[in-house]
Amino acid sequence: MAAPVPPGGPMNPLAGRAVISGAGQSQVGRRLGRDGLELTLEACLRAIGHAGLTPADIDGVATYPGPISPDPGFSGGGAGDVIGGLGIRARWYLGAMETAGQLGPIAEACLAVATGMADHVLCFRSVWESTAQQNRGRAGVLAGGSQGRGRADGFYEWFAPYGAMSAANWLGLMAQRYMHEFGLTREQLAQVPLNARRNAALNPNAVYRDPLTLEDYLGSRMISTPFCLYDCDVPCDGATAVIVSRREATAGLPQAPITVEALGTGMYERPTWDQRADLTTMAAHDAAHSMWGRTTLRPADVDIAELYDGFSYLTLQWLEALGFCEHGAAGRFVEDGERISLSGELPLNTQGGQLSGGRLHGVGMLHEACVQLWGQAGERQVASEPAVAAVAAGGGPVAGCMLLTRNG
Amino acid sequence: MIPPEQRMLPAVKPLSRDFWTGGEKGELRIHRCRACGHFFHPPGPICVRCQSFDVAAEPVSGRATVATFTVNHQQWLPGFPPPYVVALVELEEEPGVRLPTNIVGCEPDQVEIGMRVEVFFEQWEDVWLPLFRPVAQ
Repeated sequence: MAAPVPPGGPMNPLAGRAVISGAGQSQVGRRLGRDGLELTLEACLRAIGHAGLTPADIDGVATYPGPISPDPGFSGGGAGDVIGGLGIRARWYLGAMETAGQLGPIAEACLAVATGMADHVLCFRSVWESTAQQNRGRAGVLAGGSQGRGRADGFYEWFAPYGAMSAANWLGLMAQRYMHEFGLTREQLAQVPLNARRNAALNPNAVYRDPLTLEDYLGSRMISTPFCLYDCDVPCDGATAVIVSRREATAGLPQAPITVEALGTGMYERPTWDQRADLTTMAAHDAAHSMWGRTTLRPADVDIAELYDGFSYLTLQWLEALGFCEHGAAGRFVEDGERISLSGELPLNTQGGQLSGGRLHGVGMLHEACVQLWGQAGERQVASEPAVAAVAAGGGPVAGCMLLTRNG
Repeated sequence: MIPPEQRMLPAVKPLSRDFWTGGEKGELRIHRCRACGHFFHPPGPICVRCQSFDVAAEPVSGRATVATFTVNHQQWLPGFPPPYVVALVELEEEPGVRLPTNIVGCEPDQVEIGMRVEVFFEQWEDVWLPLFRPVAQ
């Protein structure tokens, strides 16, 4: 497998000091009708309990994006809501959006424990988009944006006048260019959602578990070419939490600490959806490049990959960005479906991803990687006892990734 | 594409005013660095290539090439019915500079990457929206 050239700098700056000591998830589903913060606190308490801790042991909190919510249900509360709700005395906290994607605040938490700013940082990501948007549907949310109330601002200034309101449009543009340059077919792209659905069938918390065939995929309605319905993830309600701990603070705790081997946080170009020099790469490539420069591990060492699939194409981008295959070869990499299956050489999105598992927005991928490394994934557990996991979140100009190891 | 009855209009700001209003005089105006000659978009206060602050909008030919496109089939906005073609077009003057736009004047299935297109403008209130159509053969 091709390894991107590392950028230099200190090898392995984390030096094994940051670990994950527990993880938890709230109820996950469609239109649960529950309050977003309630789901957040449920996930947080489960993660704290899983780590063998109590809220009194937590001295740090980190979350994406914070209490702001550009779309209804996009945030189930900020760090302050959790500090208040659980009575945490935080020595360090962060809620942020301008960072290495949804994993960015967790990367910061790793730095916080590695530098002794905190012992146990409660990290969470919470969404309740399905309930918040249920009366208007996904499209209605966007249509309700600034229409009638003002004008399109920020990057919407350049896209909204042309009706390009959704990431399905912005990423559809990139996927179409990629198909043109490298010959990716819809049948190859379909392997990402089909693999996700097969894995979701084994995950009792997944949103969609019924069998999905290639014929179903090819027959479904188009959203924005080349993306059909099954290329888009499913909005859901649910919160995910992990505990990032200082290694020395985990002695005697029930879960074997998972080492955060390396963090991918790079941004090498303007963060735009349209002006990147190479339209067939994304910020994912910058994040991945920075990550491989911080570890001696290489793509061939990775046992499982949990790679963001807000849209199917993003998973293919991450496969290339992380060096699991050459640039332009991701379609051929996944086309037989076997290589990325639970028994294949690189099991991918083992809980059903966001396409079938639900749009838990990045941190669900991290949760799944941890559960697999702990051997606690139940029916969907990868049998080969994975020891190294790659986790990635984000698309377009948003990107962050992590490398985790079981035996640090 | 059915012409939309309604478009969400851009927030015209000091840096973007030239782009959104150049059409009043039939001009597509793109930011350019006077120090190194580089065009860039969206407009900003500094040249993204040489970091000179000596930048300003100037008219370009309005000829471009479709770098990529997507046929949108989902209705996102009231008064803007699908299907319609969203494209990134690359300027003849500097192919790395891309503009998001709609391709009109042909059927969506006639749009191709590499197709040559030209600008025209559609006025909405104080905005002259640059749109592109195929160059007449």
